[in-house]
Amino acid sequence: MSLLTIKDLSLGYENMTVVDGLNFTVEAGDYLCIVGENGSGKSTLMKTILQLQKPLKGEVLVGDGLLSKEIGYLPQQTVIQKDFPASVKEIVISGCQGQMGLRPFYSKKEKEIARKNMERMGITEYKDRCYRELSGGQQQRVLLARALCATRKVLLLDEPVAGLDPKVTLEMYEVIKKLNDSGITIIMISHDIGAAVKYATKILHIGKEIFFGSKEEYLESDEGRFFLSQKDGENK
Amino acid sequence: MIEKLIFYFQYPFVRYAVIVGVLIALSSSLLGVTLVLKRFSYIGDGLSHVAFGAMAIASVLKMADQMALILPITIISAVLLLRTGENARIKGDAAIAMISVGALAFGYLLMNIFSTSSNLTGDVCSTLFGSTSILTLTLEEVVICVVLSIIVVVVFVFLYNKIFAVTFDENFASATGTNTKRYNLLIAVMIAVIIVLAMNLVGSLLISALVIFPALSAMSIFKSFLKVTVCAAILSVVCAFTGIIISILAGTPVGSTIVAADAVAFAICYLAGKLVGGRA
Repeated sequence: MSLLTIKDLSLGYENMTVVDGLNFTVEAGDYLCIVGENGSGKSTLMKTILQLQKPLKGEVLVGDGLLSKEIGYLPQQTVIQKDFPASVKEIVISGCQGQMGLRPFYSKKEKEIARKNMERMGITEYKDRCYRELSGGQQQRVLLARALCATRKVLLLDEPVAGLDPKVTLEMYEVIKKLNDSGITIIMISHDIGAAVKYATKILHIGKEIFFGSKEEYLESDEGRFFLSQKDGENK
Repeated sequence: MIEKLIFYFQYPFVRYAVIVGVLIALSSSLLGVTLVLKRFSYIGDGLSHVAFGAMAIASVLKMADQMALILPITIISAVLLLRTGENARIKGDAAIAMISVGALAFGYLLMNIFSTSSNLTGDVCSTLFGSTSILTLTLEEVVICVVLSIIVVVVFVFLYNKIFAVTFDENFASATGTNTKRYNLLIAVMIAVIIVLAMNLVGSLLISALVIFPALSAMSIFKSFLKVTVCAAILSVVCAFTGIIISILAGTPVGSTIVAADAVAFAICYLAGKLVGGRA
């Protein structure tokens, strides 16, 4: 069975349907990029996969030994976090919270997981620094380390490079690529179609027309060619 | 001066006031950090007005045990207010404003129409500013206060890590399997309990100060959640203690003296934070 199976999903707000009849699967080791225009329902889809929101119709099935709470999540930054007094260490270890159940305090095991993931993201040297004093790229690494504490299998990334400068953006993509190479399934929402076709193995394009398939198929498809030519036009 | 203090401490009501004051200050400051960070500072204010309204109803009904009515009403309002806050921030804001002024108006109206007291303005004033009620506590009230605030502190310590996760990023916590609804509910209930307790100490108009000042003072100096929480608790306890002592010695109203002490502490912390921040 696939890690994630999306069956005949309809998304939207109240009585307005944004996406209808969405079907796709995510296999272990995939690097899936979800692309589409603003308001096409990308974030809603992500919230539905994370069970933060109920779908209008259809269902999201998890399989292959994955529990729905074992999906790591890299959200977009909220206003609350901008001036939140917390050290890097505190934030990273809070990623373990979901597996704690009712147990109130962190044990050696969680501290070890947090330490390893900070090392993996190269943020060990800032572990006592305050989150709000870090640069945008460093903050993303902290949140990524936290997401890794919550999962060993799947990461959902919501616009992970929004607001980062080109150099840090590139570093971020390399970090994500490395995680994918080490066996973690990546599902990423992105505006950056160039990076999507460069790194992803599969593409989901949502909008008026829905496309789901491998990157190669996407580049050949009408949606892909149209979307890519538009983006090229923007860049020129 | 010390002799005068020792003299006053021989009276049980003075000792009660100090014990209750310190415990209430401790529990309110703990949750204050979460409230300020979640942008819910106003909820304390709104709830205190609801508690005032409930108290007016209780006194009109001539209930012997006013707590039995005030506490449930405040808890229900806290749960409702936090729930609207989840759905839409701005609507939640307006809801708080509406409920808080509404409760205040109806409370005063009820007291005005039905009260048999000859000194109505004085009654209202002391509920709003808590002028002397802390010095007139009965042993029973003291015990309730002590038990409730110890429960709040213990629950807070045990839920500390979960409260952090829910405060920092509710969506992430919920997506990765933390039952955020349950903890939000618990936070709401604890706030309501603190508000009702604190009414005795500083009166319903000044409660927000007890919740917000220590948190803001600590946040302007420290940069980790643990340090901020501990510092807020210590500051709040010190300010409450100093405030009560000063009010006894100088004969000033207890509530306003404590809040004044909190405000002075905030000014000092803010300046200290600016100086240290400028150097680092």
